[in-house]
Amino acid sequence: MGETITFWVLAVVSVSAALGLVFSRKAVYSALMLGAVMLSLAVLYAVQDAPFLAAVQIIVYTGAVMMLFLFVLMLVGVDSSDSLVETIRGQRLWAMIAGLGFAVLVALAVGNLVVAPPTGLAGATQGAGGNVPAIAELIFTRHVFAFEVASALLITAALAAMVLAHRERSRPKPTQKVLARARFLSDHPSPLPGPGTYARNNAVDMPALLPDGSISELSVNRVIARHEAEEGGLPEDPKLAEAIRQAVEEESK
Amino acid sequence: MTTHYLVLSVLLFTIGAVGVLIRRNAIVAFMCVELMLNACNLAFVTFARQHGNLDGQIIAFFVMVVAAAEVVVGLAIIVTIFRTRRSASIDDANLLKY
Repeated sequence: MGETITFWVLAVVSVSAALGLVFSRKAVYSALMLGAVMLSLAVLYAVQDAPFLAAVQIIVYTGAVMMLFLFVLMLVGVDSSDSLVETIRGQRLWAMIAGLGFAVLVALAVGNLVVAPPTGLAGATQGAGGNVPAIAELIFTRHVFAFEVASALLITAALAAMVLAHRERSRPKPTQKVLARARFLSDHPSPLPGPGTYARNNAVDMPALLPDGSISELSVNRVIARHEAEEGGLPEDPKLAEAIRQAVEEESK
Repeated sequence: MTTHYLVLSVLLFTIGAVGVLIRRNAIVAFMCVELMLNACNLAFVTFARQHGNLDGQIIAFFVMVVAAAEVVVGLAIIVTIFRTRRSASIDDANLLKY
């Protein structure tokens, strides 16, 4: 009875989270939905006499794989949303129809099976004394070759990730001497004014005031200025807004 | 109960497959592949209990290992493509086609 309730709750949760994964516009929401699916699957494993796999599912999938996905999302840019242009015409519609057909076909085939009540794993795990010892015994005896090959695969994958993500420096790293010379050749030998200097507060988006009370657009952080201009969230103070707009123009030049 | 688990597994697999077909963002398509692998694991665990045999659980364990390796390499490839082409859309990576 308890298993039935768990199953139905988690089935609803996981299927709706999977639908959310496919249909949410933002990639971060998709990642969170995938995390929800993986967690509910971990509970389903635990219910089905697989406590070791449940732990591994949480540690490897929701712990490592999801974090990797989120890191790459942050690297690639959270804003990178889908293009809505279809390169193959009607691809979305036909994909939906094919998916629906596949689901109905296989679900009907599976649903019409007559299965005996599950044997249960009590017999298989009894000899070793528990699920984890039984799995360990099988992995280190019958499947030991596959286990060693898996370790080789993991090392290869780690090396491959390092090789793929490594970038050669195309020009030599500028030394302190080069940087200092470049700075004295430019218009501003002194450090740029920090945000908020002489202003009423020292938030990073507050431009510094020059001694005559005017606003120095050099002190506005470029990234924040561009973001604010794109979002249309310019401050109400006209002098501030003007400074931010100028900073963005400097940037786009 | 076995049938229920298998139908759930089929549903999750189908949703993942549809996601791979309709999403253009490489990372989301990759997440859908992970969803398909997870659905297969659920079927393996279900059959392991059905037959009273631990081999299904061990295969699910190896699937997880291979999936972890695959995610590492796949995401590194996505980052590399993003670096050179400034895009994570799978429609843009079409140079091998011509």
